Amino acid sequence: MAATPLVELHDVTKRYGAGPLVLDRVSLAVQPGDFISLIGPSGCGKSTLLRLIAGLSPVSGGTLHVDGRTPEQAAAELAFVFQEPTLLPWLTVAKNVGLPQQLRGLSATDRAATSRRVLDLVRLGDRSAAYPRQLSGGQKMRVSIARALSLSPKILLLDEPFGALDEMTREHLNEELLAIRQQQAWTAFFVTHSVAEAVFLSNRIVVMAASPGRIHTEITVPLAYPRTAATRLSRDYHDLVAEVSRILRSVESAAA
Amino acid sequence: MPKRLLHFLLPAATGVIFILVWYAIRFSMNEEMQFLLPTPGEIIASFRDNGDSLARAALNTTEGALLGFAGAIVISAALALTLSLSSLIRISLYPYLMMLQMIPVIIFAPILILWVGPGLKSVVVITFLICFFPLVVNTTQGLISTDRNSVELFRMYRANRLQEILLLRVPAALPYFFTGLRIAAVLAPIGALVGDYTAGSSAGDGGGLGFQAIIYSSQAKYPALFATAAVTCVLGFVFVGVVVGLSWLALHHWHDSYERTDT
Ligand SMILES: Nc1ncnc2c1ncn2[C@@H]1O[C@H](COP(=O)(O)OP(=O)(O)O)[C@@H](O)[C@H]1O
Ligand SMILES: [Mg+2]
Repeated sequence: MAATPLVELHDVTKRYGAGPLVLDRVSLAVQPGDFISLIGPSGCGKSTLLRLIAGLSPVSGGTLHVDGRTPEQAAAELAFVFQEPTLLPWLTVAKNVGLPQQLRGLSATDRAATSRRVLDLVRLGDRSAAYPRQLSGGQKMRVSIARALSLSPKILLLDEPFGALDEMTREHLNEELLAIRQQQAWTAFFVTHSVAEAVFLSNRIVVMAASPGRIHTEITVPLAYPRTAATRLSRDYHDLVAEVSRILRSVESAAA
Repeated sequence: MPKRLLHFLLPAATGVIFILVWYAIRFSMNEEMQFLLPTPGEIIASFRDNGDSLARAALNTTEGALLGFAGAIVISAALALTLSLSSLIRISLYPYLMMLQMIPVIIFAPILILWVGPGLKSVVVITFLICFFPLVVNTTQGLISTDRNSVELFRMYRANRLQEILLLRVPAALPYFFTGLRIAAVLAPIGALVGDYTAGSSAGDGGGLGFQAIIYSSQAKYPALFATAAVTCVLGFVFVGVVVGLSWLALHHWHDSYERTDT
């Protein structure tokens, strides 16, 4: 192994209270710059895994290190993008984006400067004075991503961020997400239901199985970055989508 | 016809018809029964004759309504914040809040007169009691109905409890608060009036509209009684109007109830 892992899970198990085992001995070493997609049948613990890494919920067994520390200690390095945009409707776009900094106690001038910078990154610089209800679904999601990027995190956790969007918008946002990553080298955990999305975005795809939730297979995606709309036309891309789909189907039929 | 014009013309037409029917009923009555329904003209004339006493009574009632209303807002907000902190506190206090709401003013008024004496103080307390409940219930509901995802977001960014309350729970509760405020704004003048009627006093600066109504009634000044009712309506409209305006100021940018529809 070249570098020390940025995120390291070793035999992590999780159950909620006295409930059934949700995650069973999950081990994963993530290097800086990795883009990991988590895919698997619903209820297999993908969201739970993100919440453990985010420090929103404690592990029940095993060890989990983020940047060599516990998730709580590494909170400043982590940002979460939820499935819903989760914008505060009473704040303008700019103020929503500045919220994490406001909670950290940064000054209004610093916040305004950062808001401008990250909103430009998601190409919404001209909507900073708008209120969330004036935006489309895709625009709201971009604001949500901008907000997550406002603290310059090392690790971005995304839980099906584009799941509610139409195909076209989703493909656009996928390309945009990779373009942003060209400029800011964060490490990503990306939960998705879409095999195409997983292949397009990630260098590693972790396929999970259910009951109990566990890692089934890991697939490396050898496609070179930067990836663009043209990548989706390539032969390798199609072969990979077919292969991952086949694995996913076998996992899902085993669960059914 | 433009919609805007209709919005003005239709109510105006209703008003004209209403007044015509009024006159029609009045002049179809026996001469000796006509005192039961004064004409709008007679009511306006009674404003001239009783202007001083009506104005003074209206001011007193406004004062009582305002003080009781303001007190209810401040104390209900503080109580709602406390209630929102824990479901145990809510369970412990809710039955007694319900009881407070159940107390009939008619029974409570003589007790109040005993405690704080008749007049403004009693009127304020009664107004307070009537406005208090819808405010507490709505504001508390708003404070505990915060979107779960947003709460997670605040936890994710390690917001402290105060930040969570001030930056998330309070703004999210505003629409609920204004719902309660609107109900309370309707109730405040009515509360002051009922309070005045049951515990008013002519001492000092004189009574309010409720007290004045008793006097007019005993003097058989029926047009003045109708004028009192009109003043009460206006007072209610002012209260509600101010609250509707404040609500618009606080919410129209973002809340769905003010969604702009381009029709
Ligand atoms: N807060 C919670 N309390 C109890 N059980 C939970 C909680 N969150 C998730 N679970 C359970 O954990 C399992 C995995 O859920 P989740 O991580 O949301 O799966 P996924 O995101 O893959 O669909 C499910 O069976 C779910 O019911
Ligand atoms: Mg999930």
